[in-house]
Formats: sequence, structure tokens, C-alpha cells
Amino acid sequence: MSGTAPAIELKGISKAFGPVQANKDISIRVMPGTIHGIIGENGAGKSTLMSILYGFYKADKGEVFINGTKTEIPDSQAAIAAGIGMVFQHFKLVENFTVVENVILGAEDGAMLTPSIAKARKSLKQLAEEYELNVDPDAKIEDLSVGHQQRVEILKALYRQADILILDEPTGVLTPAEADHLFRILDNLRNEGKTIILITHKLREIMEYTDTVSVMRQGEMTATVKTAETSPEQLAELMVGRKVLLRVDKKPAAPGDVVLSVKDLKVTDGAGVERVKGISFDIRAGEIYGIAGVAGNGQSELMEVLGGMRTGTGTISLNGEPVDLTGKYSDGQSRRARGISHVPEDRHDEGLILDYTAWENTIFGYHRDPKWSSGPLMNNAAIIQEAEAKMQRFDVRPPIPTLKAKSFSGGNQQKIVLAREIEKNPDLLLVGQPTRGVDIGAIEFIHQEIIRLRDEGKAILLVSVELDEIRSLSDRIAVMFDGKIMGERDPETTDERELGLMMAGISEEPDKPAWKAVEENLEAVEHGEAPKHG
Amino acid sequence: MTLMTKFLGAAAGIALTAGAAAAEPAMIYDLGGKFDKSFNEAAFAGLTRFSEETGTEVREIELQSEAQREQALRRFADAGANPIVMTGFAFGNVLAEVAPDYPDTKFAIIDMVVDEPNVRSVVFNEHEGSYLVGMMAAMASETGTVGFIGGMDIPLIRKFACGYAQGVKAVNGDASVVANMTGTTPAAWNDPVKGSELTKAQISQGADVIYAAAGGTGVGVLQTAADEDILSIGVDSNQNYMHPGEVLTSMLKRVDNAVYDAMIAGADMETGFNVMGVANGGIDYAMDEYNAELVSEEMQTAVDEAKAAIASGELSVHDYTSDSTCPALEF
Amino acid sequence: MDKMPAWADVVLIPIISLILAGILSTLVILAIGENPLEAYKLMIEGALMRSAGWGYTLYYATNFMFTGLAVSVAFHARMFNIGGEGQAMLGGLGVALACLFIPWPHWSLAILGSSIGAALFGAAWALIPAYLQAKRGSHIVITTIMFNFIAAALLNYLLVGLLKPAGAMDPATAKFPEPTHLPTFQDMFATAETPLFRGAPANVSFFLALLACLLVWLLIWRTKLGYEIRAFGYSQSGAKYAGISGVKTIIIAMLISGGLAGMMAVNTTQGEAERLILNMTEGAGFIGIAVALMGRNHPFGVLLAAILFGFLYQGGAELALWTSIPRELIVVIQALVILFTGALDNMVRMPLEKLFLALRKKEA
Repeated sequence: MSGTAPAIELKGISKAFGPVQANKDISIRVMPGTIHGIIGENGAGKSTLMSILYGFYKADKGEVFINGTKTEIPDSQAAIAAGIGMVFQHFKLVENFTVVENVILGAEDGAMLTPSIAKARKSLKQLAEEYELNVDPDAKIEDLSVGHQQRVEILKALYRQADILILDEPTGVLTPAEADHLFRILDNLRNEGKTIILITHKLREIMEYTDTVSVMRQGEMTATVKTAETSPEQLAELMVGRKVLLRVDKKPAAPGDVVLSVKDLKVTDGAGVERVKGISFDIRAGEIYGIAGVAGNGQSELMEVLGGMRTGTGTISLNGEPVDLTGKYSDGQSRRARGISHVPEDRHDEGLILDYTAWENTIFGYHRDPKWSSGPLMNNAAIIQEAEAKMQRFDVRPPIPTLKAKSFSGGNQQKIVLAREIEKNPDLLLVGQPTRGVDIGAIEFIHQEIIRLRDEGKAILLVSVELDEIRSLSDRIAVMFDGKIMGERDPETTDERELGLMMAGISEEPDKPAWKAVEENLEAVEHGEAPKHG
Repeated sequence: MTLMTKFLGAAAGIALTAGAAAAEPAMIYDLGGKFDKSFNEAAFAGLTRFSEETGTEVREIELQSEAQREQALRRFADAGANPIVMTGFAFGNVLAEVAPDYPDTKFAIIDMVVDEPNVRSVVFNEHEGSYLVGMMAAMASETGTVGFIGGMDIPLIRKFACGYAQGVKAVNGDASVVANMTGTTPAAWNDPVKGSELTKAQISQGADVIYAAAGGTGVGVLQTAADEDILSIGVDSNQNYMHPGEVLTSMLKRVDNAVYDAMIAGADMETGFNVMGVANGGIDYAMDEYNAELVSEEMQTAVDEAKAAIASGELSVHDYTSDSTCPALEF
Repeated sequence: MDKMPAWADVVLIPIISLILAGILSTLVILAIGENPLEAYKLMIEGALMRSAGWGYTLYYATNFMFTGLAVSVAFHARMFNIGGEGQAMLGGLGVALACLFIPWPHWSLAILGSSIGAALFGAAWALIPAYLQAKRGSHIVITTIMFNFIAAALLNYLLVGLLKPAGAMDPATAKFPEPTHLPTFQDMFATAETPLFRGAPANVSFFLALLACLLVWLLIWRTKLGYEIRAFGYSQSGAKYAGISGVKTIIIAMLISGGLAGMMAVNTTQGEAERLILNMTEGAGFIGIAVALMGRNHPFGVLLAAILFGFLYQGGAELALWTSIPRELIVVIQALVILFTGALDNMVRMPLEKLFLALRKKEA
């Protein structure tokens, strides 16, 4: 490869936000026609680096070379002109525009729309055939699945003649099947000579799909290696800066009595759509019951009903006693009083008040507890003292209770929530997405805490979209699809393929190869039909 | 550049005499502001006449809030202003409290009676003037129906209406008087649109001469009357000029005279109850080149006779506020 | 990471805003040919260099403290209560009814009664918009502003008809009986030798306002209710997670807010006019919004901002008394200050944040 110029070369890029050095003297070479992975923990500076490349930020120092030519990228227009396309984690699409309208948005020729649309439709068709990027050009964005919306983003970039495609955490919102499809597309693009930069924190994706990988830690580029010559363990160590236990160590579960029993639970959302369509399951003391599934299949609503944030119908009982689902005692306070602790899926909006200090957050939801009051006033001194102890025990860094929650990193925020909920010594712990946006070092800690609680004989309901997490923590796995439980599996005997199929709404049918079923189902979704259920 | 010169000029010229003892008069306008085309403006006219004749500067303030009433009184009194003149009944309460604190300062209040030794209370016999213009209205009317549009429905305005109706009936016992009040809140003093609507309503009831005793609302009455080609009658100041040939006359309430008199008397102003009526020229009707053609000799003779009779005490016009009843008009 | 130190946020921004407003006001005064230095000197002397000036400044400040606190309490629950004006009017009604129809033996009891009346009526007036917001999702800004109009109409109706003494010209109630009259600063602090606060309307309700500041501070930062109100304000979904009832929080916050706005009437109606007059609020309900914004919704900030606005009002009156600056332009100057300190906060904040970032970078 020494003969060709790199598609992208960054030399000595530095960028600081106030006192925070987001990128420190970063140099990187990405060869054309390769998939180059960039991996690192949250806040390692990956997104900043890509934003500099795409013209959102201006680097304090350093140079950018595109195909061997030094290039200034003051804004995203310049990036597009230089042949760079970016697919953001949060899509930048106009929801009530059609696909073709979104594609030409900002790239219209002339004042009249019709000729642009006709031209775009033609080239969309061409691109679809070339790269398996089929999307109905006249569908409205809001009617498309997440995977299809992502394809529209890729099409937008390609339509603007991008040769270099940057994808920021592209699989976070996809089912395993959708992710597979995405990587097939990326493979095709690479074969056509396009250069792809893949930003992710998932080691598996890096190992399976990239040609080279760069690791970032605390704003610095710690290594760039050929993927074939490295291992997940080595990458993890490079990311965190110390040895990391990737597998969760746990003893076999010793389930006791049934703690939570859910029967025929149905939940309807504010818009009148039934989100949970009659599910039943039991969780015993001393076991972790994991619910896998693609986001938006009713898991959130299930958790919210159990946590007292929503009403539902059906019966739920805790330790044999019924739990109020609609009445006076169907709120979060009553749930806590019954011994249900809840680590919510969204710690920014729910689990924490980001503008509250850490100590204020350590009593959030338990603030009515008389032990925090002296007379009509709150006993702030006692709360702060307690908060300090909790933060020490859960290794929250920095252990300063008077700091606002928003000043902590994702992992430390999650530890604050976990400390609060676990320390209450609940009978049942609801845990939603415990490690979303949490760095690898903290993940290890959080997983150990959850297992420790299980070993103390508590019942735990775990909801996560990370299949790996579900598989490594759960004692039993249920898969939710379209508001129903597709089935329960033993983590020892099932595999990713089987769970992935269930997540896509398919139970195995013996007369058909599994992959075939997936394809068919995806086609059905693409054409706007209801997915088939086995 | 001009700013700079202005700045220099101002710096040189202004000697802000806060607290300076000067026996110069002061004027406090009520919340309506001094350019209300009516009551306060008449006071301003009196003040201007005084200033021009004597060359004395007069301190003035237009109030912004209720709390400033007492403040303005005290600050002017402290600064040595004498006399201090104020317009409007709303000062009554405050003045009664402040006046005893400044026994050496003279106060003049218009349209209200405050019984303190150093206060001159100027009240007007509006009913007498209204009687005169009522007579003219009845004589000018061809339909036998005349209108009255008041501002805010308070006893003072009923006094206007009652005097007017008596004048009308004195000329033509069969004439009918249509009377409306614009509203029940102070906003009624400044609602020309409503005034215009009421005028149209009265015209449709047959009125062909309309008397407006409604402050700024009257502007709308006079305008609409002129537009619809009927006659109107102005109030307080001489409003004949506003629509030449369309305004029959104006009931003059010489607030300007009252202010001028008080100021020219200076610190020696006589205090006590001061009734301004037809007899002492405080109340009159307006004659000028704008309405000369509208007023016939016969009309003027009759009115002047009545005026003389009122002045001499031969003719007594009933004052609504004396007993809250009106013999000539139902409210 | 906060973008700039807290002291800059709390002190520097208001001061820079004031300076900007001052510069613009100077231009306005220059443009009409008056001397701005003299004008400012007048304002300061008239409002701050005499005890009576303070008496007026603090009188206005009392109003603004109540309405500013009202806005800030509601704002902690992210309710934008624009209805302080209407709630204050109803508060005035509460004060008038309490003072006119209950034979109080002494002012100290009367002020208790009238405060309760004012708070109850103000709170009741805030209850309906609060209920509509909490249960029906009708936007609180719209409903409270509409309720201002209804309150004004209601007060008109009552003062012109039922409550006006027969034969009176003014749309106002009868004068309150003597025992309900509140001691003014003059009554409290002046002696025969040293006349202080002569004629100024500041009265004992100023201390009521100070007490309200303290209580609001305790409420917001030291009680469970305040904790819940703030939590709800920061994140409604978070509140739901914690089991904090949104309906309850909205209604309670608005009741407290309305009650505080209503209590302004104790100062104007019982303390100053000693009868209920039609325009008793004099716009203080709206000024409260600017006071709360400038005071960063903190009771101590509200106190300082209220005194500043009180100074502006009193200084404005002095300008009207001793200069020929027209009344309308004085309003323009006052509005400039409100605009800069209240609404244009970000105009100062953004460049200042950048400046601080740049400074820090240099240090680093």
C-alpha cells in the first residue's frame, strides 16, 4: 500500500474545550478502500475527532490531508466538497419528508424541485442496485424502520459523491439482522473503493468487519493496528489502560421463591397504541431474568409499569401480594415502599436530575423517607454524609457529593443511580440498560454489583438491547418482540443466532433455514407489511 | 455632533433646582396626562398663560402611579413650591393628609372639595353651563331628539347630563334626551371608538345634536357627528375649531382660568371653597368664528337671557350631586 | 463543566447588563437635550440619598419582591406564571374584604387577616390555570395571561358597583377603618428630633416581604416539597420515575405562586392606599417576571433585583419631578433596564462565557 496516498491523513490534531483536552496530537492514516475502525470509551475523543474532520469544529492545531492533498475544512460544506460523508448516531432527517426529498435536501439544483427529484430518484435506483441499499424513494421517513432511515443517511452521503464515509456508532439502534445487512452494505462500498471509518465501542464489530483499527483513550490515539493482528483482550486493554475482564464471572444461580409474578400484563401508551400485549412471567429470588429485544418492542413500557411510572392491566404480585397497577398506589413512591428498586433505562432524564448535586440524587425517589428529614426541613448534612459513604463504596469518581450530576461521566452517573437503588436492599431490582453509554471499566463494576445482589438472594429483572450483556448476566433469557414474549431460553444452551431471530419476531421453523426466515421477514418489513410471527 | 452640542448646552443650561427654595407654583396632572385634549390640557393652557405672562417657570409632573400622588405633593411642598395646583378628584384623599403637614404652603385642587385651611377647592357649576348648551341643542334640533354621551358613569358626569336635560326641556318640553355613558371605568375617559359607536346609535334613535362630556372619548363623538352631518357640542375646552361648522358650541369649564387664577395669586392665594360658575365666568359657552353661522340671533338672545338669569340667581338649575336625583332625566 | 464561575453568572452578568442599559439610556437622555449625568445624579439622590427616597424605593421593592418570588416559585416547577398581575388584583380584593368586613382591634392582627385573605384569593386565582395545565394540558402562559384580563374586569365590576361607597366618584372601596392601617416606616423609625421617611409609603409589609424571601428560600432548598418542585421542573420524566405527582406539584407550586403574588396587595392596598383602588397593581405583576429573571429565581437575587427596580421606579419619579424629560421617555429608560437584565440575558452571557473559556485556556 505504500504507493498510494492515504484517503485521509490527520497530522497532529489537537482540540481543547476550555480546560478539557478532547484531542491531543492525533495522527492517523486511513488507506483508500478499507474499513477503518476507531474504538474507545465514551469521552475518549472519537466524536470530536470526526467532527473536526467533518468541519463542525476547528482544530486548535494540526493538518488534514485528503488523498494526499492538504485540505482546510472550515465547515461541513467543505467536507462534502472534499468527498466526506457522515452518518450520525442521531439521524439528521426531516421526519415528514419523503426519502428522495431528504436526499436532495441541501443539494438541489436550481430553484425548481421537480427536475432535482427526478434526477435523484434515478440515481437512488442505481445506488440501491449497486450496494443493496434499497429504500422506497417515496416513503416518508417517519414510516421507515430505524435501519432504513440509516440507509437513507448513507444514500444522502453517496448522492453527494462521498468517497469517504464516516459512521458514528451505527449499530446502536439496529437488530442483529439489520446490523448484518448494514455491514454487507459497507462491504460492498469497500469493494467499490470507498473508504469507511467506523466509530464504535463494540469490540465484536471491530474484530469482524474492519481492516485496521485505531484505539483512543482520554483524547489520545493509543495505537493503530491491523485488525488481523490483534485480539479483543488487547484492544480492551488499550482502551481502558489496564487489563479488563471481558467475561462476567458468576456462580450458577440458586433460585428461591417466586418474588415477582406477572400475569397477562397489557400496557397502552398515551396515543392509544398497545405496547405490551399480554405477557406473563415469574422471577424468583436469587436469579437474573434478562429480557432481550430491539428497542421499542415494549420492554420500556414493561419496566415503567413495574416501576410505577405507567398504568397497565393484568395482575402483578410481589411476594404473593398484589401490586396496584392503576390506583392510588401505582406510583414510584409506593413501588419503592414495597421493596422494588428501579434503575431506569434513561438515567439522564429519569434516573437522575442532572442539575441536582450528587447528594441530592442519592435520595431521589426516597426523599420522603423520614430519615432524611428533621422537622419540616430536610436534613441535608445527614444526606451529604450518607452520599459520601455511598460514593466511596461504589467508587464514584470524583467522590464529591456537592458536584452536579451532569458533571460526572456516564459510568459514574450510573454508579450513583445504582448505589442509590442497590443500597435500599430491595426484594426486586429492575435494571434497564445498565451499561448504555458506560465505559468498559465501569461496566465491569456494574455487572459485578448486579451479580452480587443476585447472590444475596434478590430477584432481578434486566432489560437490555445489548445481547452480549443479556447473555452474560442472565440466568434465564426472554425475548420480547412487538409487545409479546417470543419465548424463554437458557443462556447456556441458546446462541446469538437463535436469540437474534426471536428478536426479529421469528421462532424457529424446522423446515426452513433460519437465515432464510430472517430475509423474508426483513423484506416484509421493508414493504410495510406486518412482520410474521412464528 | 448635534448630540454633542446638545450635551454641552444641556450641561451649561440646566440647573436642576431640586430642593431649591423658590416661591414658584407647581402643577400636578392626574394619570390621564397633560395632553388629554380636555381637562388636564385645559389646566396646562392656564399654566402656559401664566408662564408666558409672568415669565415664571412652573414645575410640572404627570403622574405614573398612584403612590406618586403623595410623593409629588410632598416633594414640591418640600422644595418650596407655592401654590401647588392639582387636577382631579383622585387627589382628594391624599391632599387631606398632606396639607396639614405644610401649613405654609397653599394648595389648589380642582373638581374636589378638601376642607383644610390652606387648600383652595375649586368646583365648577357644570350643570349651569350644561343647561345653556342644552337650550341651544333643543333650539338647533330639527328632530326634537338630542343626545348626551358621558364618559365614566360617576355623579359628576350625571351632573352634566342633568343640567343639559333641564336646558333642553326648558326650550322644548316635548323634546327627548338620549343619554349614554361610555363606561364605568376610567378607561371610559379615553375610548374614542366607543364614543363613535354610541354617537351612531344615538343618531339612529333620531338625535341630531349630541353633547359629549367624556374627555378623550369626546373626540370620537365629535368626529362621528361631523361625519354623519349632525351637530355636536364640545366640553371643558373650546372644541369648536375641531370641526368648523359642525360643532354647535362648547360648554366651557374654565379650568385654565382656575389654574391661572391660583397661580397668579401666588403664595397669597385665598383658600377655601371656590365655586366657578356662570356668574364669575368660570362656566360659559363658546362662541367664535367656527360656530357663528350655526347660532342664530334668536338662539343667542335666549341663551344669554338664561345666562343672566342664572348669574343673578333668578334661575336655579338643579344640581344632580346635591341630592342624586334629576327632575329632567332618568338614569 | 460549568462554563464560567458562579460569581460571574450572579454578579458580572447583571452588572454588565445594567451598564449596557445605562449607556443606551444615556443616549436617549442626550437625544432629548437633557444632561444624563444630572439625571442620574437626580435619580440616585432622589431614591437613595434621602430617607424618604428609600421609603419609596423600598415600597416599590416590596411589591416586586412578592411578585418576583411568585414568578420564581412557579418557575422552579417550570411553570411560567404570567398571571401575577391578576393574582395580585384578586389579592387586593382579599385584603379589602378582610379589612372592611372584619372589625380588627389592631393592625398586627389585621395584617395577619389581610395576608391570609390576599394569599387565599391570589392562590385561588392561580388554581384554575394550574388545574387546567395539570389535568388538561392547557398552556399556563395562555391561561394565566387570560386570567389577568378576567381579574381586571372582575375588579372593575366590583369597584364600580358593589364595593364603591354610594356617591363616590372614584372606582374604589371606602377607606379601611383606622385599626387596619399599617405602620409606615415614618411611624416606626422617625422620632421628633429626626424626621425619617416622611410621607413615604414604605410600611411594615416590607418586613413581610423579607420574611417571604426567607420562607421561599427554605421551601425551595430545604423542604421535601421544594425538592420535588425543583425535580419536577428539571425533568418531568424524572419526577415521574421518582413517584412525584406532576398534577400535585404543578398545583401546589402555582398555589404558592399565586398566594405570593396576591400578598403584594397587603403593601399597596392596606399599606399605602388604605382602600382598594382600580389600578392597585400598577404593573408590578409583570415587573415580577423581570425581577425573577434577573434574580436568577433565587430569593436573595429577587430581593436585590426588587430593590434595583424599586430604585428605578423611585428614580423615575424624581426625574419626572425635576426635569422636563417626558413621562414616556422615563418609561423607555425603565423598560431598557428591564429588557437588558431580564430578556436579553444571553446577549451578555454568550460573549462572557467565551471570554472565560479563552481566559482559562490561557491559564491551562
